[in-house]
Amino acid sequence: MRNIWTIAKREYNHYFISPIAYVVAFIILITIGIFFASLIGIYRQQALMGGAQAPDITPINWLFVFLLVFTTPAITMRSLSDEARTGTLELLLTAPIRDHELVIGKWLGAFLFILSILAVTLIYPIIMNSLVTPGIDQQLMMSSYLGVILAAAAFLALGVGISAIFTNQIAAFFSIFGLFFILWFMMGIFAQLVQGSGAEVFGYFNIASHFDAINSGNFNLRDLVYFLSLIALGLFTGTTAVEVRRWR
Amino acid sequence: MIQVNGLTKDYGARRAIDNLTFDAEQGEIVGFLGPNGAGKTTTMRILTGYMPPTDGVATVAGYDIVEESLEVRKRVGYLPETVPLYNDMTALEYLKFMADLRHIPDAEERAYETLEGVNLKDRANSYIGTFSKGMRQRIGLAQALIHRPEVLILDEPTIGLDPAQVVEIRKVIREIGKDRTVLLSTHILSEAQQICDRVLIINKGKIVTEDTPENLQSRLVGAQRVVLRVRGDSDGLTGKISKVKGVRTAEPKPDGSVEFEFGAGEDARPQVAKAVIQAGYELLEMRPIGMSLEEIFLELTRDNAAGKKAS
Repeated sequence: MRNIWTIAKREYNHYFISPIAYVVAFIILITIGIFFASLIGIYRQQALMGGAQAPDITPINWLFVFLLVFTTPAITMRSLSDEARTGTLELLLTAPIRDHELVIGKWLGAFLFILSILAVTLIYPIIMNSLVTPGIDQQLMMSSYLGVILAAAAFLALGVGISAIFTNQIAAFFSIFGLFFILWFMMGIFAQLVQGSGAEVFGYFNIASHFDAINSGNFNLRDLVYFLSLIALGLFTGTTAVEVRRWR
Repeated sequence: MIQVNGLTKDYGARRAIDNLTFDAEQGEIVGFLGPNGAGKTTTMRILTGYMPPTDGVATVAGYDIVEESLEVRKRVGYLPETVPLYNDMTALEYLKFMADLRHIPDAEERAYETLEGVNLKDRANSYIGTFSKGMRQRIGLAQALIHRPEVLILDEPTIGLDPAQVVEIRKVIREIGKDRTVLLSTHILSEAQQICDRVLIINKGKIVTEDTPENLQSRLVGAQRVVLRVRGDSDGLTGKISKVKGVRTAEPKPDGSVEFEFGAGEDARPQVAKAVIQAGYELLEMRPIGMSLEEIFLELTRDNAAGKKAS
């Protein structure tokens, strides 16, 4: 645990001097800020016209996760690939830490960085809550944030895992992004193209549908298991890739 | 401290090291000498727990390198060939990170101490990215020393340093080697000669020979060679020298000097000097050429037959 924390701390601090991380934070925050302003405008208009639905935070969180599809590959691409490229991986692999501690630490550092960005966006539910009487649906908000946290954790675990396979961060980026593209966009399309059990399988692998379920307040075990499996898969891939590197 | 028995490593079809057997005692500095690609780095990577061997066993500080890899790694300090540094960290941050990974209490204090040991204390808060090659090498060494390891494994520790820094690093290594085990690799033979208590010469993944630097030299050098130089014309000098009793061969060199050889134990130099002066030449210089480790090394690694002859 202590080793994981040591690695995570360094990784987290590294993001604050990395230009990519700042670009990512900037893109996410500016996009969400603009979106929030227009969302408030829409809700206000709806309210003036008689009020169709209760304002809630879920569109904001959906956008956050949608942006993660594009930005987490950039955040995680150099996670382990760069250590391999610069030779510092040799340092970590000859230090008295286990391979999975290294991979989990890397993931945790990236996760805490994304959580930091997410923490900034907490201002929006607070603003929204103050604008609406009697306040926004707290339960829906909790479920929605849980969805964001799970999705971010899963994206980052897969990203770190794939990064461990490569020494070239560009190759890592496109592999991670390719996977996310398939999981987020393509699975839904495949599910519509085929029928029967095939559709069910594709549907199950569709990240977007699992996230939408949690984000709309329909939280159930199925979605939780899905995201936890992705996290485990990512971390396992990373650990295996590091081990394979030793054997080569 | 280090015991290696039948260590073998294959990279696919290529055999990088082949059935290596050697050991190193506490307080001993063992040099690993060989041309590039001989298997030095591979051996070191196996001993530090970076990669498992294909075959064979090795123990470091009493622990098996495969079964008890973490215990080995706790007790070994390792400086890889490409010094593994984070350019975006300061020297102090980097050493603190390494100290934390090794669960050292008072990591910051220890980091300062170690920086002092490698003469970098005044640069503690500078980013490693701004460091010169010599400083990088020293901070790399500091990283290997931070947990005061029983065994220190250094892969080409003086590569790319300027002469003053080389002297400094060698001093540090000798100091450490007094009570701890040091295994270092180099392809600079004079370095092995200067620092090491014992030298292992490795070529194509095999140990060619193993001895103290002094023994290696005396064992291989059966004859003594001397260069002789006179003022002005040296015509006929070679003939005169070769007639002196005890001189085995004498040959003129393009620069006008003469190189002659006599058997070890029958020093022909006084007679040669006398003969040269009697013949009317003005003797300027007479200098023995020791067979350098370079030559020994070339001799040993030229082919396997030469290796067998030597051992």
